[in-house]
Amino acid sequence: MKISKQIGKSVNRLEGHLKVTGAAKYAGEYDVPGLLQGYIVNSTITKGKILEIDESAAHALSGVVAIFSHNNRTKLPWFDIMYADMDAPPGTPFKPFYNDQILYNGQPIALVVAETFETARYAATLIKVTYDEEPFETELAAHLDDARDPKKGIATFIKPLPPSANGDFEKAYNDADVQYAGEFIHGTEHHNPLELFTTTTVYEGDGKLTVYDKTQGTSNCQIYIANVFGLHYKDVRILSPFVGGAFGSGLRPQYQLFLCVMASLELKRNVRVTMDRAQMFTFGHRPQTIQKTRFGATADGTVTAINHTAIAETSQHEDYTEVVVNWANMLYPAKNTLLDYKLVPLDVFSPMDMRAPGGSTGLHAIEATMDALSYILKVDPMELRLLNYAERDVSANKPFSSKELKQCYLQGAEKFGWANRKSEPRTTRRGNRLVGTGMSSGIWDVIALPAKAKASINKKGKLKVKSAVTDIGTGTLTVMTQIAADSLGIHIDDVTFEYGDSNMPLSPIQGGSYTTGVVGSAVKAACESLKKKIFKKAKKMNNSTFNSVALEDVVFEDGSMHLKQDKSNFVTFKEIIADNDGKKIKASKNNIPNVLKLKQYTRAAHSAAFVEVEVDEQLGIVNVTRAVTAVAAGKIINPKTARSQILGGMIWGISKALREETLMDHNLGKYMNTDLGEYHIPVHADIHELDVIFVDEKDDIINELGSKGVGEIGLASMAPAIANAIYHATGKRVNKFPIHFDQLL
Amino acid sequence: MHDKNSSNTANFSSNSNATKVQLHINKTTLHLHVMPWVSLLDAIRDHGKLTGTKKGCDHGQCGACTVICDGKRILSCLTLAVMKDGSEITTIEGIANGEVLHPLQTAFIEHDAFQCGYCTPGQICSAIAMLEEGKADTRDEVKEQMSGNLCRCGANTNIIDAIMEFKDKRNE
Amino acid sequence: MNNFTYQKVSNPNDALNKISKNNAANFIAGGTNLIDLWKYNLAHPKTLVDINGLNDYKAIKEDDHGGLFLGALATNSDTAYHKLVEERYPLLSKAILAGASAQIRNSASNGGNLLQRTRCYYFYDASSPCNKRNPGSGCPAKNGLNRIHAILGTSEDCIAVFPSDMCIALAALEAVVHVKSPDGEREIEFSNFHRLPGDTPELDNNLKENELITGISLPSEGFAENYSYLKLRDRNSYAFALVSVATGMVLENNKITKIRIALGGIAHKPWRVVAAEEFLVDKSPTEENFASAANMILKGAKGFGKNDFKIELSKRAIVRNCIMALDPESQRPGAQPSL
Repeated sequence: MKISKQIGKSVNRLEGHLKVTGAAKYAGEYDVPGLLQGYIVNSTITKGKILEIDESAAHALSGVVAIFSHNNRTKLPWFDIMYADMDAPPGTPFKPFYNDQILYNGQPIALVVAETFETARYAATLIKVTYDEEPFETELAAHLDDARDPKKGIATFIKPLPPSANGDFEKAYNDADVQYAGEFIHGTEHHNPLELFTTTTVYEGDGKLTVYDKTQGTSNCQIYIANVFGLHYKDVRILSPFVGGAFGSGLRPQYQLFLCVMASLELKRNVRVTMDRAQMFTFGHRPQTIQKTRFGATADGTVTAINHTAIAETSQHEDYTEVVVNWANMLYPAKNTLLDYKLVPLDVFSPMDMRAPGGSTGLHAIEATMDALSYILKVDPMELRLLNYAERDVSANKPFSSKELKQCYLQGAEKFGWANRKSEPRTTRRGNRLVGTGMSSGIWDVIALPAKAKASINKKGKLKVKSAVTDIGTGTLTVMTQIAADSLGIHIDDVTFEYGDSNMPLSPIQGGSYTTGVVGSAVKAACESLKKKIFKKAKKMNNSTFNSVALEDVVFEDGSMHLKQDKSNFVTFKEIIADNDGKKIKASKNNIPNVLKLKQYTRAAHSAAFVEVEVDEQLGIVNVTRAVTAVAAGKIINPKTARSQILGGMIWGISKALREETLMDHNLGKYMNTDLGEYHIPVHADIHELDVIFVDEKDDIINELGSKGVGEIGLASMAPAIANAIYHATGKRVNKFPIHFDQLL
Repeated sequence: MHDKNSSNTANFSSNSNATKVQLHINKTTLHLHVMPWVSLLDAIRDHGKLTGTKKGCDHGQCGACTVICDGKRILSCLTLAVMKDGSEITTIEGIANGEVLHPLQTAFIEHDAFQCGYCTPGQICSAIAMLEEGKADTRDEVKEQMSGNLCRCGANTNIIDAIMEFKDKRNE
Repeated sequence: MNNFTYQKVSNPNDALNKISKNNAANFIAGGTNLIDLWKYNLAHPKTLVDINGLNDYKAIKEDDHGGLFLGALATNSDTAYHKLVEERYPLLSKAILAGASAQIRNSASNGGNLLQRTRCYYFYDASSPCNKRNPGSGCPAKNGLNRIHAILGTSEDCIAVFPSDMCIALAALEAVVHVKSPDGEREIEFSNFHRLPGDTPELDNNLKENELITGISLPSEGFAENYSYLKLRDRNSYAFALVSVATGMVLENNKITKIRIALGGIAHKPWRVVAAEEFLVDKSPTEENFASAANMILKGAKGFGKNDFKIELSKRAIVRNCIMALDPESQRPGAQPSL
């Protein structure tokens, strides 16, 4: 029987059974003996100095084991580099409990460790802290004059600064037949995965630790913990098999990991530290960003001038940057451009990548500006995009490795019924509601990074593949298993993918939509390497018919190897290993991207979103009644899980455009809606008809799989399409996200 | 109901103020000695070692801790273990019949109605109890009645698809 | 988050004894608000007296005056889905179902609903100043994040709003709250139950410390023909109201003979203006007349910057909801506006 190819097949999530039965264990759910529980105390001032921490009442409570703060912390290194993780922006990483300085509101300042969770939590409220407060600044809009260029660092490699100006923007803009200028305001957002950040540290003795951590990078946390606490890498094992959502929040080791490990090492005990929901607002966030655009076009709709500037907040200690303004000229080949990105350091924690960082911010400004131009020009919004379609990336003067955005427009429009649209705003009504439709382009980088994987096959013919990578709900386990099955030519049930463990081969942090491409390519490479070894063993077998053939002459299929020309001439993997005295055959591969080749191309996934909104004319209530997103992301390994990724991105787009925002009281310097009751993410009742199309796209350049990743691209185009649809419905262009219904009254 | 062999005693506190509480969880009786301030959620997760019930906010704002208590879906984070002494509680671990999944669990897998899986136990418990309540018929009513269960990954449409499919099959 | 002792009681006198002997004792019924407040270190009970064993207060039954008595310990769900409530007081049913989530409604008691505390951000953050929580410490909301705050009945000290949906319907229905104390029983008209903040924002209502709510009685008029509850909020469900409106009316020959309009989300208590209701009597149920009444109801409304929109929004919500009351079928799940 021939085994069907797994790549391209809608395989159900392999961990599905564990997740629907409650058997999937997350970092805070490992039952270890003698576990102590930690509860964190946070600063209630925004800037200044701790004068005194009075722990007496807390210590007096029965069951309190220890209280840690900067006063009694472990001796720590003072070199910044020792705290730098894989995702650290240029600057000085935050060092928990380092000294008495308060850098932001909510900064962790003490940890209570007790016999029970409840005791630790109560004791934490009994700690009295006195401060010397200093003036602080948290409001971006009040400090735009302080904006400066970001510092460069390793992060700039993945997040390039804006390309330099082309042509003469000011002249071209002034000469343009039509112009649109807009200001776009984005507030702060927090990732708020549903699982709270938590770490369980198992103290193994002899300087050895096993750490269950909520993270997007087991290797990243391993290196961080080893560096900070002066341990051997091999003695720190980070496990993260199930991650209850992360969306970027787990790209950097969070402070509960540091605190939990410190307490465990000091007390030589097993310790768990879990953040509460309010504490989930005390580390990275999507930064406040204020953008300005000025686009000019000829009367026939050719965009000739693009000016896009962004000013974003960062912390006082790190220069966190995003790619916000680089996209417009990748999408639209205007000859005159002026792109600028600046930062304002404020008294907040460092911002952090949050699903489609920068892209979802910048595309709103770009696509709303294009939309506005289309109404001025009286050209259909999609037609304007097609008129300005970039066959080549003029911003970098490179070809695209592949680009099926045009098909996204056409197929998306077809499915949505875009052609039936009335062009004038405020022309369609249903009962009390105005109906509008809008669309947007989307683009997201394809990033290539090195990654390692190991593959082995045993006497039962079972393939095991390993990588330290996590699965944050993206479907990584399933997708890697599919890739491994096809790479070796084996039934998917005979494949085990092991992951989420820093003892396994090094993987980059899971983010940027690159995991499938990066780790998948490593898995494929490891299996290819394993094939070679299997082939060699097969050649050595008695009476082997493979003696005289080359690797190219054989096919690996159905758990066996056969001659390309003669299927009946085969040997099973089991037979080969039996001949190898039953010993496993193993292979390992460090897959390093061909940077020289990749550099010749602009590599990006694309999308087009089409959205219908209904707006209650009297009350302003907006509903996204239906939406279609068409995606060109190269080879789709698993259409089912990939569709879910896009749907998730679309719902994030609804949330970004209409729902979520962290509210800061700038008088107090403090986020105030730090709970899921007042930080509004969409509920089921907010989500209506959503549809996804994957457009065929072949790409031989980007990686071995031709796969571009789908984690962010669904979000990139969704939020601007909603804003554009609201304009079409109401005639009001609201450039501030989220668009609350009261802005439409 | 009271299966001696599967009875489980967890003595979590040496404090004499601890209260004896019996929770009949998933047809097994759990004998606990808990302090009065232990939430039902923490009792189930930490004392009962049933970690399928999730803590997403601990403040009644996400639905991840939903369990079925005496036939009704409630938030286990907003009640105390001592208040539920003697109650019949079904958690996600008690939804399947042994190795045989509940049809809604199967529908969740088929519809890919989860990504990270952290809201999933709450969604499933909530949906099963909702269908027992019989107050939601249309898709809009189901969405409203399920709105107490947040999903941050954005599996919303797949979740509602799975519930509607199960509901329709059940009514056939 | 503090430790406390816990006692169950099975008769009302026992309950009242326990509470009067211990001034840091609290009754607990559903617990959906009290446990939350305790976890935020905002409530610090020394003793919790669990009154769920007071079975006499769980019933929903017809009273001797043609009305309906809702036991204080009946859950919100049992009340909303009770046959007599659905038939005779559908406005109450709709309002209850617009609140919180199904899970919370399954636990929350009717008595507890009346005693919900505000969801003001500053009240809910133990480290922020707040006159309601810590009298004299100040009110950062006035010059801060006040989009969700009150526009009517505010004071220098407090601009918080009362978050209940159920109580907005109870205000429109002119319910009566029954309470019991060691001194005996008394009845409190709904309009006198909750308070405006004035210079005592720490007091949400006029319930005395030694009193227990035993039930709520509804008068015979339930507006079962023409009623509507509309809730406007930042998402379609599971969020507190920015503005909500309960309307019940009686029509004869296309003239209003009786109407009650109560607003939520805009004041420290459910908001009614009797003069506006009287204005509508004998008038036709038209948008113009409802708009005039809306102006009367919002008279004196004052915003604090971010919540200025609530003034206009409230007026529009009143008009829409009164129109919806003419066709109660136009109501949608989650008290969303009619299509």
